[in-house]
Parts: sequence; structure tokens; C-alpha cells
Amino acid sequence: MDLLKRDLAPILDEAWEAIDNEARRVLKLNLAGRKLVDFNGPFGWEFAAVNLGRLELIRDQPVPGVSVGRRRVQPLIELRTPILLDTMELDSIARGADDPDLGPVVEAAEKIAHAEDNAIFNGYREAGIAGIIESSPYAPLEIPADGLHYPHAIVQAKELLREAGVSGPFALAAGPKAYNEISQGSEDGYPIRKRIEQQIIDGPIIWAPSIDGAVLLSIRGGDFELTVGQDLSIGYAYHERQNVELYLTESFTFRVLEPAAAIYLRHASELEV
Amino acid sequence: MAGGSDSYHEPYELLTEESKNMHRALVTVMEELEAIDWYQQRAEACSDADLKKILLHNKNEEIEHAMMSLEWIRRNNPVFSDQAKTYLFSNGPITEVEKNAMDGGGARGSGGSAPAAGGSLGIGSLKKGRK
Repeated sequence: MDLLKRDLAPILDEAWEAIDNEARRVLKLNLAGRKLVDFNGPFGWEFAAVNLGRLELIRDQPVPGVSVGRRRVQPLIELRTPILLDTMELDSIARGADDPDLGPVVEAAEKIAHAEDNAIFNGYREAGIAGIIESSPYAPLEIPADGLHYPHAIVQAKELLREAGVSGPFALAAGPKAYNEISQGSEDGYPIRKRIEQQIIDGPIIWAPSIDGAVLLSIRGGDFELTVGQDLSIGYAYHERQNVELYLTESFTFRVLEPAAAIYLRHASELEV
Repeated sequence: MAGGSDSYHEPYELLTEESKNMHRALVTVMEELEAIDWYQQRAEACSDADLKKILLHNKNEEIEHAMMSLEWIRRNNPVFSDQAKTYLFSNGPITEVEKNAMDGGGARGSGGSAPAAGGSLGIGSLKKGRK
């Protein structure tokens, strides 16, 4: 048995399969960062930290003439969110029910995807993670209130990246508001989304619910690195008569290796706040 | 007998005891697998029902012998062990087991029909052009 202790759960194979499939579906839909950044791993539970290759010198010498440096590492964080399920409902899957209530699985998958993406884009100081947006050296660009001006703003952002020597392909991670405006807008009957994807950037526009505004970034590789120990997994916590509690977990850290490879675009109203 | 020194490919005196034992185990597995194949064919062609039962019984005995020897090899060779952990008792297409293992940290589901490794959902990278 491993740390997830799945063997101890009173859950039939068919129900496990349904739970895993539902979690997978929601995670793939909601995880935006993994569609854009380099993925390093998974290295399993034992993997605890990323080697930063640097030394932090310790001033006090244990013995005169012997200098000491402490290796710098970036530790992984472990996320865990509970999933409380009705055991009778799970058993109904084995009876052939094809509409089981797996709402708690969806909720947990959305939460953990949000937590991972939030660390990637916005950072998580307590965990020693600097996000893509806060690391970007450029002043945020303004997305005009009129959604029709997205192409102009994105061209401007792309030029700034190019001037800094950052090559493409580029992708746009768009928050819900920006994504809707881009998807719904059209210019003389031509969809804005198509214009951006086909004529301005040579990568995808990704729905990124953890972002306010949008981020244009290079996806050439080598700029942003998500390091995963244990990849997203569902484990067993406990059960009583009616319910079983599972949890969705993962361990990871994130590093921005080239801060200049991304630029943040904010809505005008967000700039004023 | 195949396990004798006549099946060594290098001078006997140059081989370590470890290699000699591994050789003994490997040729044993080869012989058992060959016997399984023989018994299978003989049983299939046999026109006597009683003899057919005996041949199938013998074949299954050889499978047991092969697995016992294979397990000795696995315990004594870490590469065999790693590959066994990846492929044996896995789910899904065998040609995708290695990829799933790379993405999920191992190929074995840890509970029920959980497909990916160590219970991982096998999400991995979602970047286009890379799993």
C-alpha cells in the first residue's frame, strides 16, 4: 500500500473508475498553467525540493580556514482538498447507474486546479513561489474597456517581448472576463479570437480562471517550470456508515526562469484599483 | 542440458559467480517457456482426452516453474525489477504503460481499477506537443 491508501476505501472498482475519470475531466479543463509551462516530473512522494544550484554562504566558520555554504533548494508544497462522497451513491455505479452524483469530485478538482494555477500565475509567497505575473519586469498593459481593441493590445505586448529578445511561439492565458470578451467579439464580422490566434500569436488562447485580465507569454520552453513530485492523485482518508472521505492531492513547486518572457494585461478598471 | 557450461558465450573462468547464477536462472526460464510451448502444441494436437489433460497439467506446472525462476531474476536484478513494476499487472494498452508510468510515477493502480501509477490520475503536462 502507498500513501494514498486507496485499498482501504470501501469503494468498488467501477466507482473508483468513475471518480478518477470525473476528476481527470475537470482537471484537464481547469488547469491552465500546465498547458503553457514546462513540466518537470512527476518524481513521486519522496521528491522534496528542486536544486537551485547555488550556495548560501554561512558567515561563521566551524573551524578557522574552513568556509561553509548551505545548498539552496526550493521545497515542494503538498496540496490536499477533501472529497466527501455518499457510499450508497457510489454503490449505485456498480448497479449500472450512469448519472452518479460526483459533485464533490468536481468541486475538489476545481479547487486544486485553482490553487495550482494561482501559484503559477499569481505566486504564493509563503511557499517560496514567485508567480509569472509578479515576476514580469514590464509595467502591465491596459486592455481597453472596448473589447474590440484586444488585437491592438496583444500586438503591443508581443512587440515588448520581442524587443526584450523573447522569441515565440506565444500564447495568451486569458481570465474569464477577457476570455469571454475575446470569444464573443468580432470585427467587421470576423471573430476577434480567430484574428488573434491566426494572425497575431502563433499559439493558443487558454482559458485561465485564476487570472484577472490576461498574460501573454512565450511557450518556446525554458522560461517557466512546474516541478511535480506526486502528480494529482486521489487518496482515501476515512469512512463511516454513510460517507467516505477521499482527498485530491499533489506536490509541486513552480519557478520563473526568465521573468521577461511574460507580460501582464489588465482591464482598465483593474488598473485603477 | 542448456544450463551447462556448453551454453556460456564467454570463457567460464572470466565470469563472476553472480553472472553464472544469473545465467542458470535465465536458461531455466528459457527452458520452461520452451516446454510450455511444446506442451501447448502437443495438447492441442492430442487425440486422447486423458493424455490431453495430463499435457495441459504439465504445461501449467511449467508456467509455475517459469514464474518462480523469473521472480528469482527480478529479486536479483534491479532493472528486471523496475521493468516488472512498470509493466506487470498494469491496465490499459501495454504500449502506453511506459508513457503513463513516466507521467504518473509508475504504472500500477493502487486501488481497484485505478489506472495510473501509484494512484496518480496521470495528468502530467497538458502543453500541446508534450504529454
